[in-house]
Amino acid sequence: MSFQPNEVQRRARVASALVFLSFLFLAGSFFQTQVLRRTQYALKSEENRLREVPLPAPRGVIYDRNGQVIAENLPGYAISLLARNEDSLRVMMRRIGAVVTVTPEQVGAAVRRFRREPMRPTVLFGDAPFELVSVLEERRTEYPGLIIQSAPKRFYPDGPAVSALVGYTGEISEAELALAPYQHYKAGQQIGKDGIERQYETRLRGREGVRFVEVDARGRVVREQAREDLAPEGPPPLYTNIDLDLQRFVHELFGDTLIGGVVAMEPRSGEVLALHSAPTFDPNRFIGGIPRSYWQQLQDDPRRPLYNKAIKGTYPPGSVWKLATAIIAMEEGLVAIDDEMTTPCLGSYQFGNRPFRCWKPEGHGRTTLAQAIEVSCDVYFYQLALKLGVQRLVAGGIRLGTRERSGIDLPAESRPLFPTDPARAYYDRLFGPQGWTAAVSLNLAIGQGENSQTVVSMARFYTALATDGYAARPEVVRGQAERVKLFAVTPAQLRDLQLALTDVVGRGTAVRSRLEGIVVAGKTGTAQNAQDAVNDHAWFVGYAPAEDPQIVVAVMLEFGGSGGRAARFATRIIERYLKARVVAMPATEGD
Amino acid sequence: MSRRAIPADWPLVALAALLTAFGIAMIYSTGQTDVPTFVEGLWRTQVVWFVLGVTAAGVISRASVRFVEWAALPAFLGATLLLFLLLFIGVGAGTAAGTKSWLAIGGIRLGQPSELAKIAVVLMLARVLSGQRAAPTSLFGLVRPALIVFVPWLFIMAQPDLGTGMVFVGIFFAMLFWSGVSWPLLVMAASPAVSLILAFSTGLWGAWFLLLLALVAWKRPTWIEGAALIGANVAMGVVAPVLWERLSPFQQRRLLVFLDPSSDPRASGYHLIQSQVAIGSGGIIGKGFTQGTQKRLAFLPEQHTDFIFPVVGEEFGFLGVSVVLALFCVLLLRTVRIAGRASSPFASLVAFGLTAAWLTHIVINIGMTIGLMPITGIPLPFFSYGGSFMLSCWMAVGILVLVSAEGRGRADGLVI
Repeated sequence: MSFQPNEVQRRARVASALVFLSFLFLAGSFFQTQVLRRTQYALKSEENRLREVPLPAPRGVIYDRNGQVIAENLPGYAISLLARNEDSLRVMMRRIGAVVTVTPEQVGAAVRRFRREPMRPTVLFGDAPFELVSVLEERRTEYPGLIIQSAPKRFYPDGPAVSALVGYTGEISEAELALAPYQHYKAGQQIGKDGIERQYETRLRGREGVRFVEVDARGRVVREQAREDLAPEGPPPLYTNIDLDLQRFVHELFGDTLIGGVVAMEPRSGEVLALHSAPTFDPNRFIGGIPRSYWQQLQDDPRRPLYNKAIKGTYPPGSVWKLATAIIAMEEGLVAIDDEMTTPCLGSYQFGNRPFRCWKPEGHGRTTLAQAIEVSCDVYFYQLALKLGVQRLVAGGIRLGTRERSGIDLPAESRPLFPTDPARAYYDRLFGPQGWTAAVSLNLAIGQGENSQTVVSMARFYTALATDGYAARPEVVRGQAERVKLFAVTPAQLRDLQLALTDVVGRGTAVRSRLEGIVVAGKTGTAQNAQDAVNDHAWFVGYAPAEDPQIVVAVMLEFGGSGGRAARFATRIIERYLKARVVAMPATEGD
Repeated sequence: MSRRAIPADWPLVALAALLTAFGIAMIYSTGQTDVPTFVEGLWRTQVVWFVLGVTAAGVISRASVRFVEWAALPAFLGATLLLFLLLFIGVGAGTAAGTKSWLAIGGIRLGQPSELAKIAVVLMLARVLSGQRAAPTSLFGLVRPALIVFVPWLFIMAQPDLGTGMVFVGIFFAMLFWSGVSWPLLVMAASPAVSLILAFSTGLWGAWFLLLLALVAWKRPTWIEGAALIGANVAMGVVAPVLWERLSPFQQRRLLVFLDPSSDPRASGYHLIQSQVAIGSGGIIGKGFTQGTQKRLAFLPEQHTDFIFPVVGEEFGFLGVSVVLALFCVLLLRTVRIAGRASSPFASLVAFGLTAAWLTHIVINIGMTIGLMPITGIPLPFFSYGGSFMLSCWMAVGILVLVSAEGRGRADGLVI
């Protein structure tokens, strides 16, 4: 080889230059990565190691008007998993399943949650019982990525007594996640599903906190609090107008056998004092995932416990609607309180070739309007209907709000059913142009036929009767009374009607419901229905004290028989409410 | 006069010792993870290997270059035989669990013979090249030296160990250059490999082929050489796709990921991305000794072996990286100087060959952590955990100390 010193030195210089340039090039690359792009990589490194674990916020506490708790939060546990992919999630569920019971539904739900939010810890058990928590806590090292955290759990101390009112909470569903109001929600979060919980979701929902958990490359949690938590924030409490004592009383009145709905409200402010639907359900069992057996039981129950009979169910109002007929006729100037009809009641009324029966086969004889209301004479109202004609009856009914929702601040209130204006077109559409006669108005006049009202809408109607013809919008939480003038009758005429309603309880159809020391006014109803030919719906809507109404109560007992029964039911609610107030007042004054 | 009078090359030893100390500190750091692993106590093992390596270096430095020259042939034959046997009895381990790089007896892994084979090949190649009166001037003249590298290279590629194979190629061309082989000849010798790489793009390969034809026309090798050269390049250009199919899937993937790191981020690309995140997030001054989160949380793969340098980057930042790069650079400049002042062509070639081996290791290893080189699973001298490699690095230091001492003896006019 050529090994001349000069040549070797030349090669050494070339080699040295190559070595130096190699390192300069490497250093340059590191300068670019570590100095010029360091923020970008620092961020990636943080993303690598930190996982955000949401800290569920407690929902707002719901109080009644006296500061009693309707809904609160108990300490609970949620178990979630930081999974890298669907497979590792399934593997982990299988491994947990070897220790505790895991149903296929729970696995399916967890996988769905993961698919939606793969970067969030996937909730495995939203409401884990303490035994499960302790079992998993013991074996924590076997389940890398498992996060056991406290999660406030909704609790309704009065459970079944308030379910129709407060509703319940549950995990947000796939369908709900797609809706605009829930655009900021994440899979696995709890939302109000019904009742106050749903209506006031935005006010009851707290602000979720964040815990930064440090994970390693395998997704194992190595540090629970890698940074300071962003603490969750609960919202201020929600005060309702509900009188929880009265609500409980209503629930007890229904017992285990009665079916129906009740709305009790303050006639001027519209404040809802109690609202109940029976049979009921226990909303506490819905929390953290409703057990399949319980859900099936509720679904299979023919009495439909999940169907809110106070705001959702619509029923023929029967005779409680006769007051609407009377008001429409008075507004038209067709009748005065002392007017009699041409045909006395002999138990039925012949119209065309068909007899229309009165509820009392022996008949009521000759009656004034006041007496007809007091004894609920159907024959009188048939004739009043014929005087009015179907068009005026329908138009008047619509004016009285019989096609409108009450506007109560609860979700999913049903719209009552009633003919549209003009009535002729409506009935032509319904039965065909030759398919009907003026007889439809006879049915309408006594609250039958094409008329189906909610309990809450009838309660609202009677707030107008109890006061000055202005109906109050039912308010569960809201504090802004909204009163609408419903009747165009004179104060004197209204007064006459109110006296007639007082006589209903004083000596009429609801005489057996009379209360000692409290004058109750109201109207019974016994509504025939398509479902059951024998058992009618029993109605009573009334208010008390008659001179200065404090409470309006609407009671509907599904297949409950006669209106008198509903009246006894209603007056007990009234009695309870008014007597509690009488007792309460001196006590506060005495202090 | 005795060469005992000549002091050892202390700057060289100090640089190597400094780098090793830094390396052991980094191995200690890689044992400090949030979920403890077996790496936790490995730094102690590495200290033991360091002591063994320094002892070996001390022993070698007391020998003479002549002895080393004499030992070249037996070392080469022994190493080649061992590599051959490894194909049948080799086992995998750690980074290279799927390969046959390890020599094991009774289930106890003794070491990786390929590390020692590097030194043996350097020695043998130095012996062959120094034995020739002049540097090879024709392709045929390169056949003998090429064979010396090719036989062990073939066994190593069969393990398979792409990284070590690349080091052999680096050693071969560097030593040819040092022996005085002309640039055009080196280019011609390397041309088939270049063709192989460029074969994936017909246009690029065509351009390269035209360039080569021009070179052949200029240098006018014998017609047999010319034909062999053209034939080899055409064969590589055509054979390449077939060879590609022969690569094991993980090798294919690694090469592909080198070309496009985002192509498979969860597998091989994941290594590179995590390595870059570790380095980049270290910033200018780093996260602090043992504090690297990429390392602590095991996002960084193979941290104590192939990917130990990103730990330097993460925990000591650009400053630490600069210090290590500077140390390596000074070390290599020093060994190039030793090669330049060696007492004999053999000694000079040995020193330069060892320099080339280290440079290839350093550039490929550090380059791959930052995406400049494909991920080939090659350790970083003095840093990466591994007994054989630590031993071979310090044996190289011993040889270099020897060459340095005899070189200075010559420069000072001393006669051995």
